[in-house]
Amino acid sequence: MSHQTLTTILFLAIVALTVAVTVWASRQTSGAADYYAGGRGFSGFQNGLAIGGDYMSAASFLGISGAIALSGFDGFLYSIGFLVAWLVALLLVAEMLRNSGRYTMADQLAYRMKQLPVRKAAAVSTVAVSIFYLLAQMVGAGSLVALLLGVESQGIKNFTIFGVGILMIFYVTIGGMKGTTWVQIIKAVLLMVGSALIVVLVLAKFGFNLSDLLGAAAANTGKGDAFLQPGLKYGVTPTSKIDFVSLGIALVLGTAGLPHILIRFYTVPTSRDARKSVMWAIGLIGTFYLFTLVLGFGAAALLTKDGLAKVAATKGNLASPLLAEMVGGGPGSTGGAVLLAIIAAVAFATILAVVAGLTLTSSMSVAHDLYNSVIKKGTATDKQEMRVAKLSAIVIGLIAIVLAIPAQNLNIAFLVALAFAVAASANLPAIVYNMFWKRFNTRGATWSIYGGLISSLGLVFFSPVMSGKVLPVLDAAGKQVGEISGSLFPLGVDFAWFPLENPGLVSIPLAFFLGWLGTVTSKEPAAEERYTELEVRALTGAGAEEAVQH
Amino acid sequence: MQASPEFAELRKRYRGFAFPATAAFLIWYLLFVFMSNWAPGFMNTKVIGNINVALIFGLLQFATTFGLAWAYSRFSAKRLDPLAEKLRDDYAKGRRAS
Repeated sequence: MSHQTLTTILFLAIVALTVAVTVWASRQTSGAADYYAGGRGFSGFQNGLAIGGDYMSAASFLGISGAIALSGFDGFLYSIGFLVAWLVALLLVAEMLRNSGRYTMADQLAYRMKQLPVRKAAAVSTVAVSIFYLLAQMVGAGSLVALLLGVESQGIKNFTIFGVGILMIFYVTIGGMKGTTWVQIIKAVLLMVGSALIVVLVLAKFGFNLSDLLGAAAANTGKGDAFLQPGLKYGVTPTSKIDFVSLGIALVLGTAGLPHILIRFYTVPTSRDARKSVMWAIGLIGTFYLFTLVLGFGAAALLTKDGLAKVAATKGNLASPLLAEMVGGGPGSTGGAVLLAIIAAVAFATILAVVAGLTLTSSMSVAHDLYNSVIKKGTATDKQEMRVAKLSAIVIGLIAIVLAIPAQNLNIAFLVALAFAVAASANLPAIVYNMFWKRFNTRGATWSIYGGLISSLGLVFFSPVMSGKVLPVLDAAGKQVGEISGSLFPLGVDFAWFPLENPGLVSIPLAFFLGWLGTVTSKEPAAEERYTELEVRALTGAGAEEAVQH
Repeated sequence: MQASPEFAELRKRYRGFAFPATAAFLIWYLLFVFMSNWAPGFMNTKVIGNINVALIFGLLQFATTFGLAWAYSRFSAKRLDPLAEKLRDDYAKGRRAS
């Protein structure tokens, strides 16, 4: 059996399994609390798995290991930042959010502010962050399938992106939060088992000696000790060092502002379960990010020159699957084909679960915040609201498909880090102020959300990510033979004036500042009065939404 | 209820843990980021074989994250949950009475 056949069978098995679960879940879904929050009936452990499934995206599995395989130690910052960030969620956000909201991120702002403006702002930023994040997943799906079929056909990549889009629309419209959660749980288990297998196989090749693995990586990439030290990618110029700091800040502050993570806290019965789920998630995600270290350095140590060139050509996105093929016996061997197929299927499941979570989140926000609260002034029935949610899932899915096609030459972890920067700028300041600052009000919230959103997106637009970055093309001897564009726009287009690739360093403090400025320049006694109520509810859980009884 | 001394105590306990802990882990993390950039001599020192200070520092970030999460979970189970539960019960009773 050729590896293409095997891969196809595994892909189809995963699709069939997740579709079956989704259909099963749809039979258990009856009202809005079910559709949006899974009836708030998941246990802390289940939700912890689902959070892991929602969070460990293609960026983690394909992107980080690729970033490490290409830039050595500098890629490891992603793993560290993505994990440490969970402490912000655990200590400051998860429990209070569970107690004070219902379905969406906007709920806890709307609790004490003017509904319309804050819901509108929160919905806009939810959709923007989610689409950014979706792009990254779609790009991963495209390059994965192209690798497996062994073709560089743009048509097939685009077809894959389209297929993933259709599947995610199916999960979300049919299964709602329950179906999506189960898809994420399945994926989390597959991902942990699959990557643990590769990690063991890699370590076995080095007698379980990490130092030997690192040494081989340094030698095989030809970069020597520099490969194991910070600064290979980001230590080149003062600007790139500042970029490293900017990336680091966006990573650590982004998680607690990601809408698709935030709404997962509503799927458990109490705030104590929300805390438990974060504990499980931290354990799971932390273990996985330790795996990425082995996957990344393992790819650098074991892949052939040819394999490493392929990794570089896909900006690192294929390091993990190619590594799986290598430890299975190398290209052309049966073992290699089997492992490649398994890992590719796991990566595919990863992508499906994450895109489903993202689409669900943004479509919920459109239906609950924009349609019901802003357009219908709160008079829409559950049925109407859910219909709008399903419709917007389709629209958002289509937008993501269209935008993903030009984004295919960027590293996925890098793309996701941009989504983190947008989330940390647009959402986190408003959430933190709202929980902890009595004086905070509607103007402060809208200024900080729009300010953070516009500044982070705007700075990306005028950064080297979009235009003006020129990369040398080297021949086999390392001599420069030409130039290619390192940006989304082709060579010769240059409208970049912002030097950093990650906007967080500027846009996050700016959003905090705007939140403060907007607040102190307006008076809203009602928001201050309601704060006390919000705080009591957030801290004690008195009056919080309860689980649905079936 | 917000005027009750018990709620004030709950708030004080929660903030007394969460705020300093947040400050501490953010500083610890930023220290890692800054040292990676501007202290190459120290970070590149090899400790055992090819394992250098930077890698150990990075792995320590994992250890402290696990540790702090565990400490917070213990702290809230012992010092926050009982108080929050009592206040929640009072609130439910108060609502039934009125």
